[in-house]
Amino acid sequence: MTTANLLYTDTEDALRDTVRRLFAERCKPEAVVTLYDHPDADFTGVWKTLAAELGLAGLLVPESLGGAGASTREAAVVMEEIGRAVAPVPFLSSAVLATVALLKTGETQTLRSLADGSTTGSLTIPLSTPPGAYTATVRVGASGLIGRVSSVADANTSDVLVVPVSGPDGLELHTVARAAAGMKVTPALPLDMTRPIADVEFSAVASTRVDNGAAEDAVAEALLCGAVLLASEQVGVAQWCLETTLGYVKERKQFGRAVGSFQGLKHRLADLWLEVSSAGATARYAADTYARGEADTATAAGVAQAYCSDIAVHAAEECIQQHGGIGMTWEYPAHLYLKRAKSDQLALGTAYHHRARLAELIDLPM
Amino acid sequence: MTFDEQAIASDLDARVGQLLAAHEPAQADPQEFLGARFDAGLAWVQFPEGHGGLGVPQSFQEQVNAALNAAGAPEPAVAKNGIGFGMAAPTIAAFGTEEQKRTFLRPLYIGEHIYCQLFSEPGAGSDFASLATRAVRDGDDWIVNGQKVWTSNAQNAQMAILVARTDPNVPKHAGLTYFLCDMTDPGVEVRPLRQITGEAEFNEVFLTDVRVPDANRLGAQGQGWQVALTTLNNERVAIGSGVPTAMIGKVAAAWRAQPELRNPAMLDELMRLWVESETTRLTGERLRQQLVSGQPGPEGSAMKLALARLTQAISGLEMQLHGEAGLRYDDWTLRRPEIVDFIGRGPGYRYLRAKGNSIEGGTSEILRNVIAERVLGLPPEHRVDKDIAWKDLPR
Repeated sequence: MTTANLLYTDTEDALRDTVRRLFAERCKPEAVVTLYDHPDADFTGVWKTLAAELGLAGLLVPESLGGAGASTREAAVVMEEIGRAVAPVPFLSSAVLATVALLKTGETQTLRSLADGSTTGSLTIPLSTPPGAYTATVRVGASGLIGRVSSVADANTSDVLVVPVSGPDGLELHTVARAAAGMKVTPALPLDMTRPIADVEFSAVASTRVDNGAAEDAVAEALLCGAVLLASEQVGVAQWCLETTLGYVKERKQFGRAVGSFQGLKHRLADLWLEVSSAGATARYAADTYARGEADTATAAGVAQAYCSDIAVHAAEECIQQHGGIGMTWEYPAHLYLKRAKSDQLALGTAYHHRARLAELIDLPM
Repeated sequence: MTFDEQAIASDLDARVGQLLAAHEPAQADPQEFLGARFDAGLAWVQFPEGHGGLGVPQSFQEQVNAALNAAGAPEPAVAKNGIGFGMAAPTIAAFGTEEQKRTFLRPLYIGEHIYCQLFSEPGAGSDFASLATRAVRDGDDWIVNGQKVWTSNAQNAQMAILVARTDPNVPKHAGLTYFLCDMTDPGVEVRPLRQITGEAEFNEVFLTDVRVPDANRLGAQGQGWQVALTTLNNERVAIGSGVPTAMIGKVAAAWRAQPELRNPAMLDELMRLWVESETTRLTGERLRQQLVSGQPGPEGSAMKLALARLTQAISGLEMQLHGEAGLRYDDWTLRRPEIVDFIGRGPGYRYLRAKGNSIEGGTSEILRNVIAERVLGLPPEHRVDKDIAWKDLPR
């Protein structure tokens, strides 16, 4: 077994700089927060730059299919930066979940348009779906797809939906244009407004079956890859929360001292730093293990989700608490991170779910 | 691998080959073989030539160890001489003169010198810099008087790393000096210190007019604090690695073997700790990748902190998992183990021994201060004794 490289290459660092600069210019917290009062606030320009101009929508797609031929190592760096900026871009739903599902089926047409960023796609499952067996709630009717899927990430802004469908011989995978006749996409009001969710209803919708018999594997692979990469987003969220809190407690004075000089806070920050560092190593291990196609990828993904999802929430909660009153205000960006962290904790399975699944994987039966 | 790395790797292969050709590993006397290995620069490859190394990155050590182990070569007694290998050697390498490195590294490596650590005192635990053991200059020697405590392996040690006060008239950190002390000196008295497990892994050491040559002074007079920090950073790394993984393995084995012990609430707790053991292992692995060469920084403190929390939580859960069997203990007789063993013996022993993990080598509270101040840049603790001469401190 090759040893995992848990560090970042120079290329990965350069990629990080590029993405961080983009978000610093065009995804400032004061802009992101407007989404809570104006859900239609338009960030498609940022996404277009990220996806098409920088070519990052195709990171996981081979060059022969118009992608960048990179791996989860690079995609993880992008996810970290998305987490740091709570950027409202559909990278996870389009460039990871929908893309990986299509890649696994051998579909190429939609895949090419997702990879070059001209089209945005969404894997039509509830965002809270954990990796493992997925039971479709959409079926093939006499005149098209029928059914309903709730809480689908970025469904209302996607051009194409990649839909797991229950067919006569098991799971199928179909593509559907969001604007097709018989489609009804109803935006829900999410806890985390930076990752929109919508309920999708299919009433006899014409679709294209694309799975080539590999729908089960395709959905499983997409969820596994999503779980791996979500951990990196959680690390990015946690890092922002820790760094911002550190900056604040060094400046904020009470009782004539910086509040960061009190052990009641600094010891908790030392513990949090250790947790965030561990989350970083763990998410990196999962990304590297997936990229190398190691046999224990499912375990690495489970460990990363079981750990990083709780650490991001802990970091965001500490961020609010250690800021005191200011942390509770609408104006201060801490709440954006708490909402993203808490939603991310539920996305693709809770830590409880991942621990239960890991118990099976490492043979600790109940 | 770059061209340079390939060149180093093949040079090391050649040296290993020569060593094995000249000293048939199966027949060689272990000390003689280890001496030859040291002289060939294959002991710790990152050390300078002539001192057991070749001045190449530490990452190449693994290759050498693997090749020699595969050939069945005698291995250095790293576990039996943990203080020597983990703490004394890196400190001697960092602060020793050429002469000192020549005198002390080879006997340490081949197992002639087992080391112990004379740092903590009854009145100087977390506030180690306030220690009171005095060293007074007498010609070419120092005369040392005082009492040390928590000294593991003192009963087996030939040498000790020692920090003593050489100047009581300056603030506490400035008046310390670091020595290599001969434990066979007649003024050294070692008494076992029994701990809550029943055994005496540690000792109290009484120093009465112990004579230490000035040639054994490591670093400058008054520089003892800086030298000791190197030792302590290495200590924290030495304690940190691998233990939680081994401990959780014991719990997992019991879970698999004894279905009657299982309980759904415990399974989630077990998985939580299994996941944390794995994340701690990966954090340690990443730290190693970051520090492939050079001295460990204060980040090593974090590993110790993680270890202590985990070993205590795992061993606490393990006791509850065993239920009735957890009511029993294996042996209360006073033993004097040569090797510190966090994971051997029974669950009761593991539970009790783990309590020391958050105290030894810096309490978890001190380590949180270290991380907060030296890694995160948070304001330091208020220190009222910083500018006062040691002799004038309230006691």
